[in-house]
Amino acid sequence: MAVRYGSPLRRAVTFHIPLGLLVCATLFPFYWMVITSIRPDRELYSVQSNPFFTLYPTVKHFQDLFELTMFARWAWNTLFIATVSTAISLFCGLLAGYALARLQFRWAAPLGTLIFVTYLVPPTLLFIPLGDVVQAFGLADTPWAVILTYPTFLIPFCTWLLLGYFKTIPKEIEECARIDGASRVQAMVRISFPLAVPGILSAGIFAFTLSWNEFLYALVFLSSPQQKTIPIGVFTELVRGDVFYWGPLMAGALLGSIPVAIVYSFFVEHYVTALTGAVKG
Amino acid sequence: MADHRIEPMLAESASPAAPAGAVPIAGPTHEVSRPTRLGLLLEREHVLAGVLLTPTLVILALFIAYPFVLGIWLAVSDKVVGRPGNFIGLDNFRVNLADTIFLRAFQNTFVYTFIATILKLALGMLAALLLNHHFRFKRVVRASMLLPWIVPTVLSTLAWQWMFDATFSVFNWVLLNAGVISTRILWLGDGTMAMGCLILVNVWRGMPFFAITLLAGLQTVNPDLHEAAEIDGANAWQRFWRVTFPLLKPIMLVVVLFSMIATFADFQLIYVLTRGGPYSSTHVFGTYAYEIAMRAAKLGQGASISLSLFPFLLLVIMFQLWYIRRHD
Repeated sequence: MAVRYGSPLRRAVTFHIPLGLLVCATLFPFYWMVITSIRPDRELYSVQSNPFFTLYPTVKHFQDLFELTMFARWAWNTLFIATVSTAISLFCGLLAGYALARLQFRWAAPLGTLIFVTYLVPPTLLFIPLGDVVQAFGLADTPWAVILTYPTFLIPFCTWLLLGYFKTIPKEIEECARIDGASRVQAMVRISFPLAVPGILSAGIFAFTLSWNEFLYALVFLSSPQQKTIPIGVFTELVRGDVFYWGPLMAGALLGSIPVAIVYSFFVEHYVTALTGAVKG
Repeated sequence: MADHRIEPMLAESASPAAPAGAVPIAGPTHEVSRPTRLGLLLEREHVLAGVLLTPTLVILALFIAYPFVLGIWLAVSDKVVGRPGNFIGLDNFRVNLADTIFLRAFQNTFVYTFIATILKLALGMLAALLLNHHFRFKRVVRASMLLPWIVPTVLSTLAWQWMFDATFSVFNWVLLNAGVISTRILWLGDGTMAMGCLILVNVWRGMPFFAITLLAGLQTVNPDLHEAAEIDGANAWQRFWRVTFPLLKPIMLVVVLFSMIATFADFQLIYVLTRGGPYSSTHVFGTYAYEIAMRAAKLGQGASISLSLFPFLLLVIMFQLWYIRRHD
């Protein structure tokens, strides 16, 4: 969009200052995590010292985090759960998205609507009965309790996104392959799926961050310390009653945020595509 | 379109079955492997569609449809942990309607959703308009703007909780040292203040989603329209309301609906920051249902609370479906 620039002062007031404020407000809590995690306790719990920086940075909180809690184990659990549930969701979403976008069958429209509706069903509505279901299947307090339930919100998202993506790939490419003798399945697997790789990547990144961040199901279904994910472990094991261990808490929060931030920073464009694609019909 | 292509293939495979001597005929077409019975079945689009949709439908049936039905049953039963429940009709809902904490949670859910959504829309729009300028480090700024949205909400909310700490709040430190206040503010000390803090954190977390999706919408607005309006003498304010706003309305509506559903059903942000406190004054449907079902072990009662958000949810979903259908 063509934007006309006025005087430098006017531009500062209408553009630089608001943008600067917005960026500061956005990033300040992250700065706070970092600074808290390296300040020694005697500074953290002093009302006198300036809280914005420290002259005595320490790694003690990180040491405590790894020595006194099972943080490394939680990190591994989170990675494992996020990876497997993303893989399952991508597999299902890819097949379902293809079917709904490309194949002609009687139930296509109602099934598409049904999957879209499940996409909007929040975990808050289902976690109580789902706890019973997980128990009945003998999955409670195992990684599979969440690996199999995360797809309930990941699959509809992946399906929806990939359905939109398949619609942008011209049908004719597949038809050419069919004329050259490829079967229906071959045309799908060898022609359409490779062309959908950018869409699969977008859906995968988004699904991975969603399962990395999930809280409610993990809180309800995973109870023993060695089964927890990072969000649950940090929240439940570093808060005892009214006592918050702020140093290790912020160290854990920082280390739990960095992996998703890194994955995201490599695939910003894919992530943004997923984000904007997710809301478009 | 594909149907008449299936016919000759079916005929081709049917013929070798009759005379045994016909098998060598397959020789010349050795490039294409002879279709198996399964392969032929998969040539039919409705069969293939059924196969492709099965994994998805199985998971959704087991972990969404079945729990949903079970949830309705729990809501009309007196089930508690460790004991089978009996049908008690609408008693749970009657108890809810007489429960002041439930009524407060009901009210909180709406206040939280509407105020937070309006603020997210306004700030997100502002952020999108700012990001739509050309400036140095634009990509870095846009990427960092999304950080609150992508990092685990629990972890960033813990950072906010530390910033709102009764004794060591950084906001209090700044305000005290600047001489603005003389006694510490208890940010999470009473229901109204705590609700304000919850909305602030929710806006901080959700605003990037609005900003980035609205930015994507802004980038599709044809610059010629703005130039034409400018030549006709429209100022920036008028150009926004008369040109940009109407063009963005469809995407804005969809983003608002999505955000409303997520905010309405929010659990983690409130549970981490206030746990529904102080004195159960900041509960929403999600946190109160958790409190009753998981902490008090009253599964039936808890299910009836979380089911109470369903009518509103249904309304928004139906509106959204109607809207999508109208625009297709």
